[in-house]
Amino acid sequence: MRREGVPIIVVLPAAIGAAFFIVPLVGLIVRSPWGDALSALSAPETLEALKLSLIASLSATAVALVLGVPLAWVYARVAFPGRDLLRALTTLPMVLPPVVGGIALFLAFGRSGLLGAWLDNTFGITFPFTTAGVVMAEAFVAMPFLILTVEAGLRSMDRRYEEAARALGANRWRVFMRVTLPLIGPSLFAGAVLCWARALGEFGATITFAGNFPGVTQTMPLAVYLLLETNQEASFILSLVLLLVSLVVLVGLKDRWLGNA
Amino acid sequence: MSLDASIRLTLGPLDLDMSITVDQGEVVALLGPNGSGKTTLLRAIAGLAPFSSGQVRLDGKVLEDPATHVYVPTERRPIGFVFQDYLLFPHLTVQENVAFGLRSRGVARQVAAERATRWLDRVGLKDYARARPAELSGGQRQRVALARALAPDPRLLLLDEPLAALDATTRADVRRDLKRHLESFEGIRLVVTHDPLEAVALADRLIVMENGHLVQTGTAAEVTEHPRSQYVADLVGVNLLRGEAGNGSVKLASGQVVAAAGAELGEVFVVVHPRAVAVHRTHPEGSPRNVWSGRASSIELMGNRVRVRIDGAVPLVAEVTPAALRELNLVEGSEVWLSFKATDVGVYPA
Amino acid sequence: MRNRVVFAFAAFLLTACGSSAGNAPASATPVSGTVSVFAAASLTATFNALGTDFQRGNSGVTTKFNFAGTPTLVTQIEQGAPADVFASADTANMDKLKGDGFTAGTPQVFARNKLEIVVAPGNPKGITRLADLAKPGVIYITEAPTVPAGKYALQALKMAGVTVTPKSLETDVKSVVGKIELGEADAGIVYTTDIRAAGSKVTGVSIPDADNVIATYPIVAVKATTNSPAANAFIAYVLSAAGQAKLQSFGFLSAS
Repeated sequence: MRREGVPIIVVLPAAIGAAFFIVPLVGLIVRSPWGDALSALSAPETLEALKLSLIASLSATAVALVLGVPLAWVYARVAFPGRDLLRALTTLPMVLPPVVGGIALFLAFGRSGLLGAWLDNTFGITFPFTTAGVVMAEAFVAMPFLILTVEAGLRSMDRRYEEAARALGANRWRVFMRVTLPLIGPSLFAGAVLCWARALGEFGATITFAGNFPGVTQTMPLAVYLLLETNQEASFILSLVLLLVSLVVLVGLKDRWLGNA
Repeated sequence: MSLDASIRLTLGPLDLDMSITVDQGEVVALLGPNGSGKTTLLRAIAGLAPFSSGQVRLDGKVLEDPATHVYVPTERRPIGFVFQDYLLFPHLTVQENVAFGLRSRGVARQVAAERATRWLDRVGLKDYARARPAELSGGQRQRVALARALAPDPRLLLLDEPLAALDATTRADVRRDLKRHLESFEGIRLVVTHDPLEAVALADRLIVMENGHLVQTGTAAEVTEHPRSQYVADLVGVNLLRGEAGNGSVKLASGQVVAAAGAELGEVFVVVHPRAVAVHRTHPEGSPRNVWSGRASSIELMGNRVRVRIDGAVPLVAEVTPAALRELNLVEGSEVWLSFKATDVGVYPA
Repeated sequence: MRNRVVFAFAAFLLTACGSSAGNAPASATPVSGTVSVFAAASLTATFNALGTDFQRGNSGVTTKFNFAGTPTLVTQIEQGAPADVFASADTANMDKLKGDGFTAGTPQVFARNKLEIVVAPGNPKGITRLADLAKPGVIYITEAPTVPAGKYALQALKMAGVTVTPKSLETDVKSVVGKIELGEADAGIVYTTDIRAAGSKVTGVSIPDADNVIATYPIVAVKATTNSPAANAFIAYVLSAAGQAKLQSFGFLSAS
């Protein structure tokens, strides 16, 4: 069988596209001061930012799972008037500039915000300048990824398995837990990981809504941004850490992302 | 103790209007061509397809009645359903699949596992308890699906084309096993199939459906000897005509008159076996009063017989020997005459 | 090999042009083109006005501004951002840029600024002095210590003996003012000019001179400038009587 080569009209743009992503990464690796890497990484501020980033992003992912999976289920299974509009609204954070998201969050949950004022007066709960605020900002921008992926998974699964389960006497809860969830496992996992990766890298909404203070609200991306002004090389190292984490996540996900679960 | 279902619904191009009763002690097959609505009817009985009017009653208890807003959800009906594609849960082992119905109904894990194992043994798959469905062959999966449906001891067993997904060689063996299991099952059994062989092999009574409506019901013998639709006639392999009878002849809708001994009065079916149809190249002489010209539109060799489809004023299928075919120099498109004796037909009320 | 020679020659020409125009006073010949000014965030309103006036007086020139926290601007210039003029909010950042070799000529001080406490209109929390920032129930934010204003704020608080933990370290003065305007925070420390620029959206609480810090603003032409006549003309305008008057009308203190 004759093997056909790839046409140049495809190879050239593809190579340029690849270079577009590879060169910055290579630049970062080459310019990072590896000798000082260890000290940069183990500096207390760095560790604090790293710890905060991990805690906040994982919490945001948990929030996304608890709220997003039911929402995805409703989108995939329940037809109601206004569903398309609602779905568009909950997908908005994906296209909104993060800073705009932060402002919107403030107008809703800030001290004098629509809900924020009531929460403050009734329970004394405030979100700006708190770690909870960081979680909120990250969940706001990252949840749509999870909702989209899970909804797609629910739509593409063979619903007759649910019928089979019902015919065997399983109530709706059991059908969901024992049949639906396991069957959409790959989508659920992919959605959660994408959500987590997005939350980890969130900057604009966080700094606008939650502010920036070491140990409380200064996540890795914020730390990197500020370090750029004081200790450029340390900021390179931290950027590299963030980049590598995201890379590992995406490589690990590649099969699922392409639908070969 | 029985299943009484009368279902009226519209689903896309299908208008379904059926009433059936299945008694305990008989295996009933719902037979019909694809698109006749038999699977829809089965799903409606199971509570998986809503219907606009009618009632589903099992052992006297109403499971569903839109008029009175009664709806017992599928999961609370004492049914076992074997799906055409089996739908074994891919993420569970064979044993977990079989135990699923028991676990769903609150049976303890250990007890459910034991009962599942016993069922697997009964269908001859005990060694596959820990395998995944994907590792099994089609025939094995069918047996697991059956065990899974039977393990929770349902009152009503519904099977949707249980053998359709199997290849011809496996089918015969599996059919034998299935018949054995059906016979030993003590509840109410309803099988849906498009294969008449399957229907006749498995069931005591046939219900024939076409286009969402009942065409005929009866034992295998009754149905095959007195087909009441072209579909059944085709399945059985006989010619079926229909017309107004009067004094030894039947007037067809096309206006042609068929001489049929025993044709009294009223709307009747006339069955003419292809063997009884003689084929000639010229207008035949002799006693047969049923003679028409036509054209041989298709010639099919079936074993040591030849089936010739003849189009004409009275289109019929004739069966001749290969030798006769050669002698008559018959090819597709040949102009022919066909004939059959008035005494060589079966007539019965429509 | 040939490409490298050409490139080096071009680079030499550019730097030669840059340095020769260095510190010369504005030429009598009309200037043209675009002049890109990277200026500290606290100069936003003022420089926009100066730019308009400068363009009116020099019809062939267009001024383009990039306002941000001073350290951010330094980073951008050092990474190759196309700037012609750099106006810093403190001498430390200017020294860094100069020490790293990105300036042309000698930086000159063109304005000074004082700190002031910014609060919501009407001062609902009743802040009267620096010590009030530490009152319970007051949300105080400031600039990150790498930003000149942040550094000065820390100095002022230290001198006044006040210990207070800010809730957030913003990237520039405008962000602090913005959050006070939005009502997210109660108080912050910014420049008097920022409070003037925000008009009725905020209220200012002055800091006595004894506790205050004077910020010095130097301006310089960037070495890699592509329009050194216009760059120098703009700098000269800022330093001129008209420019100084404009700066002071916005609340800046005179250069000396």
